[in-house]
Amino acid sequence: MNSNNIRPLGPVVIDIENITKNYVMGEEVVHALRGVTLKIHRNEYIAIMGPSGSGKSTLMNMLGCLDTPTSGRYEFNGKSVAEMDDDELAAVRNREIGFVFQTFNLLPRSTSLRNVELPLIYAGIAPERRVERATQVLTDVGLGDRVHHKPNELSGGQRQRVAIARALVNGPSIILADEPTGNLDSKTGEEIMALLEDLYQHGNTIILVTHERDIAAHARRTVHLRDGLIEMDHAGFIPELDLAIESIPARSI
Amino acid sequence: MKRFLYELSESWKIAAAQMRSNLTRSTLTALGVIIGIIAVTLMGTAVNGISIGFDKSMAVLGDDVLYVTQWPWKPVDDWWNYRDRKKIKTEYAETLNRMIAATPNSNLVIAVPTSNLMRSIKYGGNQVNNVFVLGTTSDFIVTSTIDCTNGRFFNELESRGGANVVMIGFDVADALFPSENPIDKSVLINGQLFKVVGVNTRQGTFLGLFSWDSMVAMPLAAFNKYFSAKSDSDVRVKVKDKTRLADAKDELTGLMRRVRGLPPEKKDDFSINEQQAFKSTLDPVKNSIAIAGLFITGLSLFVGAIGIMNITFVSVKERTKEIGTRKALGARRRTILLQFLIESTALCLLGGFIGLVFAYLMCFGIGKAFPSFPIHFSVDLVFLSMIVSILTGLFSGFAPAWTASRLDPVTALRYE
Ligand SMILES: Nc1ncnc2c1ncn2[C@@H]1O[C@H](COP(=O)(O)OP(=O)(O)OP(=O)(O)O)[C@@H](O)[C@H]1O
Ligand SMILES: [Mg+2]
Repeated sequence: MNSNNIRPLGPVVIDIENITKNYVMGEEVVHALRGVTLKIHRNEYIAIMGPSGSGKSTLMNMLGCLDTPTSGRYEFNGKSVAEMDDDELAAVRNREIGFVFQTFNLLPRSTSLRNVELPLIYAGIAPERRVERATQVLTDVGLGDRVHHKPNELSGGQRQRVAIARALVNGPSIILADEPTGNLDSKTGEEIMALLEDLYQHGNTIILVTHERDIAAHARRTVHLRDGLIEMDHAGFIPELDLAIESIPARSI
Repeated sequence: MKRFLYELSESWKIAAAQMRSNLTRSTLTALGVIIGIIAVTLMGTAVNGISIGFDKSMAVLGDDVLYVTQWPWKPVDDWWNYRDRKKIKTEYAETLNRMIAATPNSNLVIAVPTSNLMRSIKYGGNQVNNVFVLGTTSDFIVTSTIDCTNGRFFNELESRGGANVVMIGFDVADALFPSENPIDKSVLINGQLFKVVGVNTRQGTFLGLFSWDSMVAMPLAAFNKYFSAKSDSDVRVKVKDKTRLADAKDELTGLMRRVRGLPPEKKDDFSINEQQAFKSTLDPVKNSIAIAGLFITGLSLFVGAIGIMNITFVSVKERTKEIGTRKALGARRRTILLQFLIESTALCLLGGFIGLVFAYLMCFGIGKAFPSFPIHFSVDLVFLSMIVSILTGLFSGFAPAWTASRLDPVTALRYE
């Protein structure tokens, strides 16, 4: 438990109200989210849990301004996301949010440095500054000696570190990680979690999707999703409670 | 602005990396553009060459010379109205010159008679058939672009005396005197010996249009002595101020009507022509050759463009997940659009450049092998085909790049 070093909450940064998301597949409509209301403050560390298909990734994509809700209201930093145009959305993804994917999503033919440079290019940073900054962040995540390696020359844990460095390079306030340890063994996963804990201690907001109790145990708040609805949302991670909830089988749809 | 530059250079890097990692595929696709650019460029050089040859042939006529002829230099529907016109006589020239001299402030300088027919010419064992034989006076030189670097045109004395002298065109000289200097040699025309006094510099022939290269010129008096009256004659008149060609034409019409003794109610029974009239009948021909040629070769470039479009679509499909990732990292729609546009443009530019090099080598080869072939490679053409390559790249890349830029980030990220 990390309850002893909880950081004070900042202002509300993510404010969603009654968000729904439907996917139309031919005749059938999939209700991935059925009305989710959630407020997230700066300096929170949240784990989103739930059975497979409960809408965790859908919610994450929504929070990261990658997807638009079917209905409901979303305010990011007090600004309605629905009213943002492509440029504004791109700017939010570029500067305010850092994405970490389960499958790393590195560009396979580019070196670590080039991968980490990418968000800096989109931010319009000059080449020399880019290299400087990207090298710095890679060093921070412990890959100072892997700068010129390509993804296929790195281990899974190292790849995820590159991905985290890439998410961090523009200094975003929020890190969104969708099962960041899903493709890693538990030891490497713990190393990645230590990195995220460090980021949290340095003032980042962390939102994390996971199935694993050991991973979820790092968070300071746990949100359970089931069938596109929030089933429970509480502070900390209470093993007895959270494991009991997670063990309920998903409702068959 | 700065960001745009960074994104641009980033896109070039991606394009280069992409081409390197899919070398075979890129080469094969570029091949279509290479062939297209070769075809278009070669056609361009031909059109260029045709146009230059055309202008050169036109220049032979002179832009400050009026031609008095029986037939107008344009197609006529009522040819029967012209058939029975009286022939133009070479004597008119003298009459006209007297009238010009008597007119104060005349806009005409001098009238020169010409007669011509086709004959063969021999020297030693060499013979040239169908040579355009021109009989004229020594004044001819002021109305034409004759330029004797070797020897001279015949002089006034030879002209009046009807001496057996000729100035010969470059090709005629070349055929009759492959290894000798023709000056002062005697050539045989119609059984008569004529002494060569000059060789005209080379002008180049073009599409069978008239060129001095395949003609010979001799004094009119000699011409009339040896060649029957079956020849065609006309009178050419040099104009003082070519910006007032219309006035000169009116003046000459008046003079010719007096020469012909036409009463006011009668229509002209002669035609007065200038280079421009000839040009305007031939220009549409030239232009349609150019348009048809470029259209047909353009089709091959179009096929190349479709190839590029296809491969760019494949590239977009293959990298759907990458596009999603880039969007998640803050790439805007136009960033993605630019990336794929640059990719297709880079391919086209590469193909265009290679095609241009080939086209240049081919032009060079053709020029060496067939010097008379109307082909002309120019710097303009290099720029033009590079621009065409870029446009082809933008054209063929647009649809795939647009598709890529509009991809929904989540759908793209989920793509396997
Ligand atoms: N693009 C899509 N088209 C159709 N249905 C979709 C699409 N994306 C998600 N869904 C559906 O929405 C529901 C929620 O999906 P989501 O990916 O959010 O689940 P998840 O909680 O992340 O599951 P997991 O733990 O397996 O990753 C699922 O039933 C899924 O089939
Ligand atoms: Mg998921």
